[in-house]
Amino acid sequence: MSKIKAPASNRVTHVGTEVLLKGALIINALGVFLPLVFMINSSFRTSSELFTSPLQPASSFDLTNYKLVLTEGNFVNFFMNSFIITVSATAIVIVFGSSAAYALARYSFKLNGLIYIFFLAGLLIPAKLALVPLFIQMKNMGLLDSRIGLILVYAAGAMPAAVFIFTGFIRALPADLDNAARIDGAKEYQVFARVMLPLIVPVTGIVGIYSAIPIWNDFLLPLVFVRDESKMTIMQGISVFFGEYGADWGALFAGLTMAALPLVILYVILSGKFIKGLTAGATKG
Amino acid sequence: MKKRSIHSYQKPWIVLFIAPALILTFIFTVIPAMTLLSYSLFSWESFKRIEFVGFANFERLTQFPFRQDFTLAFSNNVKVFFLLMFVQTSVGLLLAYAIYTLKRGKKFFQAVVFLPVIMSLVIVAFIWKLIFDPLFGPINSLAVQMDWPWLNQPWLGEPGMALYTLIFIGFWRWVGFPAIVFLAGMNSINDEFLEAARIDGASEGQIFRKIIFPLMAPSFTIIAILTFIGAFEWFELPYVIGGVTGQPGGSTTTMALLFYRLAFGTVDSATVDVGMSSAIGVVLFLFVGIGAALGSYYLRKREVQQ
Repeated sequence: MSKIKAPASNRVTHVGTEVLLKGALIINALGVFLPLVFMINSSFRTSSELFTSPLQPASSFDLTNYKLVLTEGNFVNFFMNSFIITVSATAIVIVFGSSAAYALARYSFKLNGLIYIFFLAGLLIPAKLALVPLFIQMKNMGLLDSRIGLILVYAAGAMPAAVFIFTGFIRALPADLDNAARIDGAKEYQVFARVMLPLIVPVTGIVGIYSAIPIWNDFLLPLVFVRDESKMTIMQGISVFFGEYGADWGALFAGLTMAALPLVILYVILSGKFIKGLTAGATKG
Repeated sequence: MKKRSIHSYQKPWIVLFIAPALILTFIFTVIPAMTLLSYSLFSWESFKRIEFVGFANFERLTQFPFRQDFTLAFSNNVKVFFLLMFVQTSVGLLLAYAIYTLKRGKKFFQAVVFLPVIMSLVIVAFIWKLIFDPLFGPINSLAVQMDWPWLNQPWLGEPGMALYTLIFIGFWRWVGFPAIVFLAGMNSINDEFLEAARIDGASEGQIFRKIIFPLMAPSFTIIAILTFIGAFEWFELPYVIGGVTGQPGGSTTTMALLFYRLAFGTVDSATVDVGMSSAIGVVLFLFVGIGAALGSYYLRKREVQQ
C-alpha cells in the first residue's frame, strides 16, 4: 500500500538512495572547502615549512606573509582600482540600463522593436572574440591603460542583459501608476525617478550582482588593455604578484587569500542574492 | 500590456532615456564585432593594416603551420565541451536532486555547492596550480607520504594528462551552476504530478526518470548552450596554468589561446598576425553562434510542457 504524503515532502524512501545523495553532498562540501582551507592555512606558514610538510596545520596566525603582500605587492592599489571600476561600471549599467528599459517597456514609438532587437544582438556578441578590434579602437581613442576605458567596456558589455532583465520586469508592472503620476502633473523624468525607480529596486539587486561579479572577477580585459601597474585590477595584480614572488609560497597563498576574501565574505552574507543574481537568465523567476 | 502611444513632448525624453545605453553598446560591442569581420580580410603588419587580401587569411588556416595549431586547439575545445558537459550534467543533477530531497540544510548546501562559481577563475587556477605542483604540492606529497603511486602523477606536467586535470579544475569551479539551475527546475515542477505518481505507487527512481527528468528539459537546454559557449571560449584557466602556448608541449592549447597568441604574441616571440587572429575570431564567432542556435532549436523541440 502506498500512502499519500504531504505535498512539500520530497522524501526519498530508499535507504541506499538516501546514503548516496547525502554522501554526494558531503563529498562535494569537502571538495569545495579543502582547497580553500589549505589555501588559508598555508597563508600563515613560511615557504620552507610549506615545502617540507605542506599538509601540517599552521602553528600560529603568523601575519608575516600578509604584511609582505600589502607592502610589496601593491594590493591596496589593485583593490582600489577593481573597486572603482566595478562600482562605476555597475552604476552606469543600472542607471542607463533601467532608463532604456523603461522607455522600451512603456512608450510605443516607431523604432521600439528595432532597438529591442539591437540589444538582443548585443547580448549574443561574445565580447572576448572582438578583442583585437576593440584593442585597436581603444588605442585610437586613447583609452588604453585607463580605468575609464575599462569602465566603459564593462558597462557596454553588461548593458544588453541589464536592458532585458529590466524590460521584462517593468512590462509586468501596472501602467496605472505612471499615468496617475502624469495626471498629477509629473514630468517624464519625474515619473521615471519617483514612480518607477522605487518599484524596480528588487530587480536592481539582481542586475547589480549579474553585472558586478563578472567585472570584479575578470582577467582578460585588463590583461590586454592595461600595462601600467598603477592601473591594474586585483585579478591582474595577483598574476603579476605570482610572477614576482613565484618561489615564496607563503606569500602566494596570502595573496590568493586576500584576493579571494572580499567576494567570499560578501557571499557568506548574501549567498541567496548571489545565487539568484548569477543564475538570472538561466532560471525563470 | 498595451503601450501608450506617445505625445510629442515625450519624444526628447525617450531619446534621453535610451541614447546612453544604445550609444555605449554600439561603440564598445557592435562596432568591434563588425570590424572583426573586415580585419580578417586584410593582411597586417603588427597593428597596421596593409592591404585587402580577400579570404586569404581563412585559406591559410587550412595550411601549414596554422592548420596543425588550429586542429589541435579545436580538438581540445571539443574534448573540453564533451567531458565538461557529461561530468557537470551528471554530477550537477545528482547534487541538485540531493538538495531537493533534503529536509533541513537546503540553504546551507546550496550556498556550499555554488561557492566556487563566484570565485574568479584566475584565483581558482592559481590555487589548483599550487595544489598540483609536482614537488611541493599537497597532492603529490600526500601520495608520497601514504605511498600511493596512483596519486603520484605529473598532473599538470604531462601532455597526456594536463588537459584532463584542467577540465577537472573547470568542473570544480562550475559544477555548482548547473546544480542550482537544475534545482530551480525541480522546484518549479508542480507537486501534483509527483503526488499523483506516488498515489499510483511509482517508486522514487521511476518518479525521477519519468517525471522530474523530462520536465527539466528547459534547464538542460540552458546548461548545454552555456557549456557549449563556455567550452569554445575557454581561456583564463589554460592561460594561467599552461601559459599562452598551452604547456606542457602545447597540449593545453585552445582556440581562444591561439587567437590571443596570434594577436598579442607570446612571452618569447612577438610574431603577431592580426589578420589570422581575426580570421580565427570570425570562425569561432560563427561556430559558437550557429552551434548555439541549432542546439537550442533542436533541444527546445524535445522539451515537454507542464
